[in-house]
Amino acid sequence: MDKGRERFEETAIIIRQEEIAEGIYSMWLHVDRIAEYARAGQFVSVYCNDGSRLLPRPISICEIDALDGAIRLVYRVAGKGTDEFSFLHTGQQLRVVGPLGNGFPQKRKKAFLIGGGIGIPPMLELARQLSCEKQIILGFRDELFLLDEFREQGKVYLATEDGSAGTKGNVLDAIRENGLSADIIYACGPRPMLGAVKGYAAERGIECWISMEERMACGIGACLACVCRSRERDAHTNVKNKRVCKDGPVFRAEEVEL
Amino acid sequence: MSLKTELCGVTLNNPVMTASGTFGSGAEFSEFVDLNRLGAVVTKGVASVPWEGNPTPRVAETYGGMLNAVGLQNPGIDLFIERDIPFLTQFDTRIIVNVCGHSVPEYVEVVERLADQPVDLLEINISCPNVREGGIAFGQDARMVERITQEIKRHARQPVIMKLSPNVTDITETARAAEAGGADALSMINTLTGMKIDINRRSFVLANRTGGLSGPAIHPVAVRMVYESARAVDIPIIGMGGIRTAEDAIEMILAGATAVAVGTANFTNPGVTMEILAGIRSYMQEQQVGDIRELVGAVHE
Repeated sequence: MDKGRERFEETAIIIRQEEIAEGIYSMWLHVDRIAEYARAGQFVSVYCNDGSRLLPRPISICEIDALDGAIRLVYRVAGKGTDEFSFLHTGQQLRVVGPLGNGFPQKRKKAFLIGGGIGIPPMLELARQLSCEKQIILGFRDELFLLDEFREQGKVYLATEDGSAGTKGNVLDAIRENGLSADIIYACGPRPMLGAVKGYAAERGIECWISMEERMACGIGACLACVCRSRERDAHTNVKNKRVCKDGPVFRAEEVEL
Repeated sequence: MSLKTELCGVTLNNPVMTASGTFGSGAEFSEFVDLNRLGAVVTKGVASVPWEGNPTPRVAETYGGMLNAVGLQNPGIDLFIERDIPFLTQFDTRIIVNVCGHSVPEYVEVVERLADQPVDLLEINISCPNVREGGIAFGQDARMVERITQEIKRHARQPVIMKLSPNVTDITETARAAEAGGADALSMINTLTGMKIDINRRSFVLANRTGGLSGPAIHPVAVRMVYESARAVDIPIIGMGGIRTAEDAIEMILAGATAVAVGTANFTNPGVTMEILAGIRSYMQEQQVGDIRELVGAVHE
């Protein structure tokens, strides 16, 4: 069964975990083949230890250390499952399946890397892997996180809702205020942000890739829980629906309805 | 020791199969499960034409369970015959196609299209709680169950399994009605209709408002319904509903199920069917059971 296999079920061991902003946790996991195969923009399914919680939590991969067999997950505590994860310490175990989804394509074009809120973490590994000219635009509600890591990868522009750092407003306000331009956009963040970024890219004819989020069950493309509306009939589903977990989470912006 | 079991003249290598809608047509899970080791793969429901399904969110977790309202999204019978059936025929497992429709002629159309296909059994979904027409509306009325079963039997080449809804006062009424209509087997239970409300937003968690409850939370209900039905009818029963461990599967068999289907547990552990199969084997060794069929309905009265 291993021939051609790209997804694995592993028992991960927690290397370390810390809270990096209020309710935002950073967890380094020791994994084996998941780290070896993972690409920027992919995610993993993390299973709860509490048996009453049946569904895996899909969490994007923030950093990949293939050499040491480790991945970093940065997640927000959004419910009981992620709350359970936040109490885990070094040496404890978690069942993980991955890497899942398609990840970002990587092109040698002057790029915007746009992250909003808990959509920021997956942009870090992409920033590390892209060797072209890149401008990183991050939108926060208030408290900042992962800033030092991003600054090592390129010029960072900030937008905050309350104006406490960078541009007061959203990521597009930051782009305009700083007079930035790009030939390709990679973005991950809340639905309204993705919609605005898609519109911005369409107006200017810029190639744009967005990473989507949806409630999932199986995480591997079988159950059809996590679909998004697509412009064209999808070859697999045979309807105007794409599976976020399998065909995504990264889509060409014009492929999907927001 | 034999795990072989028989359903309507079709021999299964073992009694462990997948529950419709949780396993696609097996392709995605084949990275985690050796499909050759499953008694059968039961496909996600397929209709005469592609269905888009319901808006999202389509799933929500509950304590020990989950709600789904996928709404039978499916690619339609044409693509299914072209792609899914040839995929499954590569494996040494039985193929059970779950059939859905909005009306009797729609079910019949799918059944007729499958007539010359290498499919072992048909499972007719008259119990989906997430679609307005067809589905559960057909499965809650005993007279309707009998009439649909008769109509499908008239056109089907393969043995017909009627999948029953637990959202009824007395499951033995619909079980008897399906048998009277000529069903070759029954499968039960489909999901129980449920609802979840987000108290912070004061809104329904599922876009469809209601959804089907599945998972360990419903297992005792399923065991009871399999037991009652097994005493009421003479046709075999495929038991499903919250099976997560070998113990759950054996309980279902002792209650009267000839085979069992594993659904929601595939989401919690993609390789769970293999673990359940291994667990059944060890139980049989410990209890010195030579043939799995000795266990069917073997709960002491």
